[in-house]
Amino acid sequence: MSFLRANTADEAVQLLAEGARPIAGGTDLVVGARQGKAPLPQNLVAIDRIAELGVIEATESHIRIGSGVTHAQLMVDPLIVDRLTGVADAAALVGSPATRNVGTVGGNIMNGSPAMDTGAPLMALGAVAELRSIEGTREVALTDLWCGPGRTTARPDELCTALLIPSPRDQIGSAYVRLEYRRAMEIAVVGAAACMALDAGVIVSIRLALTAVAPTIQEVTGLDVLIGERADDKSFAAIAELARDQAQPISDVRASDHYRRHTVGVMAQRAGHAAASRANGDLITVPVNRALGIGAAS
Amino acid sequence: MNHTNVTLRVNEVDYPISISTERNLSGVLRETIGLTGTKEGCDDCECGACMVLLDGQPINSCSYLAVQAEGCAITTVEGLADGDELHALQRNILEAGGVQCGFCTPGMLMSARALLDRTPDPTDEEIRIGLSGNLCRCTGYARIIDAVRTTAVELSN
Ligand SMILES: Cc1cc2nc3c(=O)[nH]c(=O)nc-3n(C[C@H](O)[C@H](O)[C@H](O)COP(=O)(O)OP(=O)(O)OC[C@H]3O[C@@H](n4cnc5c(N)ncnc54)[C@H](O)[C@@H]3O)c2cc1C
Ligand code: FES
Ligand code: FES
Repeated sequence: MSFLRANTADEAVQLLAEGARPIAGGTDLVVGARQGKAPLPQNLVAIDRIAELGVIEATESHIRIGSGVTHAQLMVDPLIVDRLTGVADAAALVGSPATRNVGTVGGNIMNGSPAMDTGAPLMALGAVAELRSIEGTREVALTDLWCGPGRTTARPDELCTALLIPSPRDQIGSAYVRLEYRRAMEIAVVGAAACMALDAGVIVSIRLALTAVAPTIQEVTGLDVLIGERADDKSFAAIAELARDQAQPISDVRASDHYRRHTVGVMAQRAGHAAASRANGDLITVPVNRALGIGAAS
Repeated sequence: MNHTNVTLRVNEVDYPISISTERNLSGVLRETIGLTGTKEGCDDCECGACMVLLDGQPINSCSYLAVQAEGCAITTVEGLADGDELHALQRNILEAGGVQCGFCTPGMLMSARALLDRTPDPTDEEIRIGLSGNLCRCTGYARIIDAVRTTAVELSN
């Protein structure tokens, strides 16, 4: 076994090309290995101290989140809290302070769990993953990145360097809500993220993505019927119904498929409501779960 | 098994050691370096008994590769006291009755220390979130939270 540390993204992709596998915070990789789910890769390259991967910046057309940004950074970053609020909601719910200090958004996305929290809001906001190898850089929409539980369409020699999110326009709001049994150290039972743009209370655009009800994070389709409708209880109920219809949940230790299908509708309705309120300029503090008392009590 | 030479800096002392890559930090602290204050409860990132600080931030050392901690300042519960003088958090958790079996205590203290360094005047909600990665099977938490609150007041005076 070998362990090397990369100081730049170029160094990291060179080592990936030679067969090493990346470790960022290790909160999925090391825990999984110790649980016996998958052995640690033979050759590891640590990417957690590559400064260029830890940056959040706004360009003219995009907000760019470096893959090495931690959940602790995401949940308080003014640009994220202000413009991509649903992503901050999700980051604030990950694990415990210790998990959030070292766990990264790149690790969350590339680990590919259908229960990951940042995946649904990033998908609802139209995020694209930037993947780099020694051959060059390509961009893959999150809708094309995951192909099964723990599986991505990225090649093993590709490093995720950033997530690119088209700059949201002014009257847009996003929110992520999850059902949880314990406030810390536990993953979502189900979750839903909504992103909505309004014009004088009328829905101009809407996207919705669901957590832990399919083999991957799942985007809900058919929401176009709501465009031109008011963002009111009737629309939120329609959102819930579309989410329930399209969910493909399984039964496991956390919940039955029946319960998941029902509750994902409730989460979708609440995420839709919170996203609309934020699009209207109402302040709902991050995370929505705590602000509205959803999920486990403290 | 391949061994790597690393130097871990724990409580301001450098420990040059030779370890295999997959060793976890809590195991290395306890077995290789001999600092057994850090506990291993679940060894699965669930309980927080293994909490140590890496450059001032809490991490679950049971699930962190020791080799990855090279170059960081590691603080364990042994680094809290100043010689024979207990840290205010240690004194207050004892006085408040926040220690029963004591197994969770080192981890609780490290999470509390990181919280107070970051947020010197925390609300009760902030204390709960700060300690949310630490389980205690004995005390019911209330006295631990009291001790953190008392320490915050004491340190700000
Ligand atoms: C106690 C606990 C609670 C948790 N709670 C939650 C939760 O509530 N919600 C949630 O979503 N997750 C949770 N997790 C899972 C985990 O913390 C997150 O998925 C985290 O974001 C993973 O990031 P990391 O940097 O630690 O990834 P790592 O473990 O370092 O990496 C994960 C995988 O991604 C690959 N990888 C990492 N970075 C890159 C990159 N830049 N490019 C290509 N591949 C890469 C690695 O090779 C590995 O296969 C929890 C974990 C623990 C231990
Ligand atoms: S021993 Fe590390 S979290 Fe329980
Ligand atoms: S005092 Fe026993 S676990 Fe906390």
